[in-house]
Amino acid sequence: MSQVIPVEQLKSLTMSIYRYDPSVDEKPYMQDIVIEVPTDKDIMVLDALHLAKDQEPSLSYRRSCREGVCGSDGMNINGKNGLACVTPLSEVVKRNKLTIRPMPGLPVVRDLIVDMKQFFDQLEKVKPYLITNSDNPEIERTQSPEEREELDGLYECILCGCCSTSCPSFWWNPDKFLGPAALLQSWRFIADSRDEATEERLDALEDSFSLYRCHGIMNCVSVCPKGLNPTEAISNIRNKLINREK
Amino acid sequence: MLVNEIINAKDLPVMEFDGIIVGGGGAGMRASLQLAESGLNTAVISKVFPTRSHTVSAQGGITCAIQSDDPDDDWRWHMFDTVKGSDYIGDQEAIEYMCSEGPKAVFELEHMGLPFSRTEEGRIYQRPFGGQSKDYGKGGQATRTCAAADRTGHSLLHTLYQANLKAGTNFLNEWFAVDMVLNTDGAVVGVIAFKIETGEIYYIKSKATVLATGGAGRIYASTTNALINSGDGIGMALRAGMPVQDIEMWQFHPTGIHGAGTLVTEGCRGEGGYLLNKDGERFMERYAPNSKDLASRDVVARSMALEILEGRGCGPNADHIFLRLDHLGPEVVHKRLPGITELSKTFAGVDPAVQPIPVVPTCHYMMGGIPTNINGQVITVKEGKDEVIEGLYAAGEVACVSVHGGNRLGGNSLLDLVVFGRAAGIYIEESMKQGVDLKEASHDDIDKALERLNKLNASSEGEQVTALKERMQQNMQNNFGVFRTKDLMEKGIQDLSKVRGEVENMHLKDKSATFNTARIEALEMQNLFEVAEATAITANTRKESRGAHSRDDYPNRDDDNWLKHSIYFSETKEVSKRDVNYRPKTVQAFQPTVRSY
Ligand SMILES: Cc1cc2nc3c(=O)[nH]c(=O)nc-3n(C[C@H](O)[C@H](O)[C@H](O)COP(=O)(O)OP(=O)(O)OC[C@H]3O[C@@H](n4cnc5c(N)ncnc54)[C@H](O)[C@@H]3O)c2cc1C
Ligand code: SF4
Ligand code: SF4
Ligand code: FES
Repeated sequence: MSQVIPVEQLKSLTMSIYRYDPSVDEKPYMQDIVIEVPTDKDIMVLDALHLAKDQEPSLSYRRSCREGVCGSDGMNINGKNGLACVTPLSEVVKRNKLTIRPMPGLPVVRDLIVDMKQFFDQLEKVKPYLITNSDNPEIERTQSPEEREELDGLYECILCGCCSTSCPSFWWNPDKFLGPAALLQSWRFIADSRDEATEERLDALEDSFSLYRCHGIMNCVSVCPKGLNPTEAISNIRNKLINREK
Repeated sequence: MLVNEIINAKDLPVMEFDGIIVGGGGAGMRASLQLAESGLNTAVISKVFPTRSHTVSAQGGITCAIQSDDPDDDWRWHMFDTVKGSDYIGDQEAIEYMCSEGPKAVFELEHMGLPFSRTEEGRIYQRPFGGQSKDYGKGGQATRTCAAADRTGHSLLHTLYQANLKAGTNFLNEWFAVDMVLNTDGAVVGVIAFKIETGEIYYIKSKATVLATGGAGRIYASTTNALINSGDGIGMALRAGMPVQDIEMWQFHPTGIHGAGTLVTEGCRGEGGYLLNKDGERFMERYAPNSKDLASRDVVARSMALEILEGRGCGPNADHIFLRLDHLGPEVVHKRLPGITELSKTFAGVDPAVQPIPVVPTCHYMMGGIPTNINGQVITVKEGKDEVIEGLYAAGEVACVSVHGGNRLGGNSLLDLVVFGRAAGIYIEESMKQGVDLKEASHDDIDKALERLNKLNASSEGEQVTALKERMQQNMQNNFGVFRTKDLMEKGIQDLSKVRGEVENMHLKDKSATFNTARIEALEMQNLFEVAEATAITANTRKESRGAHSRDDYPNRDDDNWLKHSIYFSETKEVSKRDVNYRPKTVQAFQPTVRSY
């Protein structure tokens, strides 16, 4: 059971952080860095990392928006993937300790920074853009509010990678199984009333790996910081595939 | 591998493109799309993966007279509002171009797939924003800001990334551009950049270089801006001997979340939210009887700051204002403002459908920047005359074309990005067809552009970034905020000049070649410093109050002396004046009058 420590009692906090810089280190190691966190307010894991970096300027991680919308700082926080910038310490600190590792399953570039190439390569495979053959009208295409609502829960994806890197099927076959993030995007365009390439998109998912490696384990759903549901998107695609076989 | 030695031009690998765009935000990717679609070999250089650019944070929308909410809406009304909002130092030819070309640019975004919210008729949903009017200010509040819920920037940026993938743009993602390479004619022929993952340094050669590096809000201690907004393009331009324009004009957004700095969109007030002081008074009714909470941002921010200064702030320290939304009902709040709900819960611990959000005016947007004409070509000023810099373009927040003048209207930045990103692309495409012939850079030229990076890489002693940055940010916050005055500004300028030497001679301890964020933060610090000093000196020189620039010692607008752009060069630290454009092509110019809301 996770034990949540009231933040008022936190003074020094031990952060155990995965360190590896191939330019200077022979192998990865865990480094303990003790930081002082304020007692009167909750801070985010990203703020805690900044405090650690003040002591160890060589500590490396990605960050940009610091408000959960750019998708830079996905990492493994006390065993679970999440965005450092919107994860308050009060939610994750256990026994006054915080362990931070890079997202699993992708090669580590340095410290908490992983090589996202495989993740983006899979995304590109689903042709993540609107495909139309008909001519564009003079003004915008029309779309009813109900049609537009179909995109809610899909278009908000920030490509942080938390889902795919917590998916066992993606770990084993990162080159063949597209993974939850890419499949969510695939469905985002299939579900768009303006897109005219549904058949082409479905054809590309017919093989036994791209989609069918998903075993419904739902890790992706439980970690998505935007509350999106890739599993549902995947099952929607499955249904489309099944229905068209009939 | 370490990178700790001086590297010379003759040992430097070279990469070559027809056009390079430094920056993968909205402006950069709109420009690159134009170039890639025209078949030019185009590369986007971005220090972060493009969808991590700051444009992703934009919430409320993109303002444009697309005549969805109001079939009679007119781009000329939008132009009028923008000129007035700018406090009459926006260039009218540029504003005319933006407002009239805008609808085309917005419809293009829709055709690319941008998931705009929709009206019952299936058209793009528009919401009211501050400073908007019908019929040249005579017809009441307009409803002109096109929105995708409160995630318009996210939708726009992802859509542009998707369109660029489709068009086959080359992406140099997680590459850091350090400085521009100029040939002996003073034309720009590419940049020095390094691949962040490996530390490899390149000369990236190009016939057209577009700076689209975004803003620099991190010069202030409290800002709505992303951590990466360090004004790199401004730093590059100033170091290369080019000027910046109206850089003293910084927008403070009325509603940054107290304590965190994260933004809640003006769209909150557009949807019907309003501001309250500690007495529960809707105080904007006093300051702006007509537009109230939807007066222009400079006006609202100043009113809030006054309420707080006069002791009517909320909370135990009377240091913030409440933004009330709960009267709109959970339906509207959750449907129209889902992102705001999320941010308020995370950063203020309140659900806006139930409780008010604590907010304060927070540094938000850089109206000034690198001066350009409407084709995106960068302008310098020699002996009082405009001169185009060959090979160099700028678009987006880094540029000052100038459509925002002394104060930007909400929703006008996203429009600026796509209209002028596109315009720069179109112009470059044309000029490539005509043939571009620029002199090759010599080894000396390239070595010059390498100087700053070499110095940092070889450094063995000096100050660390963190302390210098905090000192500068506090200085800017305390001395160049919503209200400004001579004594404080002079003190601030002095302090900046004291630390300049230390900033130029920082010590980079970590020399690793691999994803070295300490190296990047040091280079960014030097850019931030250039922006801060330019802001400080220019602010102290503009002896009037106009738009976002508000002086206690010169409380009035002075059209006789200051109906002008300011122009600043860092070499001389001197400020001169440049004429504002009052020559729109198809309408009569709007003349300055008293600005009231
Ligand atoms: C919270 C928030 C909400 C906003 N909401 C709205 C809104 O609703 N409507 C509106 O119109 N405006 C809004 N704005 C303003 C608007 O979002 C920005 O002005 C705009 O997005 C800037 O876009 P840009 O393309 O110029 O730069 P950015 O999106 O900031 O992109 C800059 C790019 O340059 C790259 N870069 C920078 N330096 C380097 C370097 N040295 N080397 C390589 N690459 C580099 C970065 O990687 C990035 O790709 C908002 C701003 C904020 C802060
Ligand atoms: S539900 Fe499917 S995609 Fe999601 S984690 Fe499980 S296997 Fe992966
Ligand atoms: S689906 Fe969620 S977890 Fe996966 S990449 Fe998108 S935002 Fe991140
Ligand atoms: S820094 Fe942007 S999502 Fe965390």
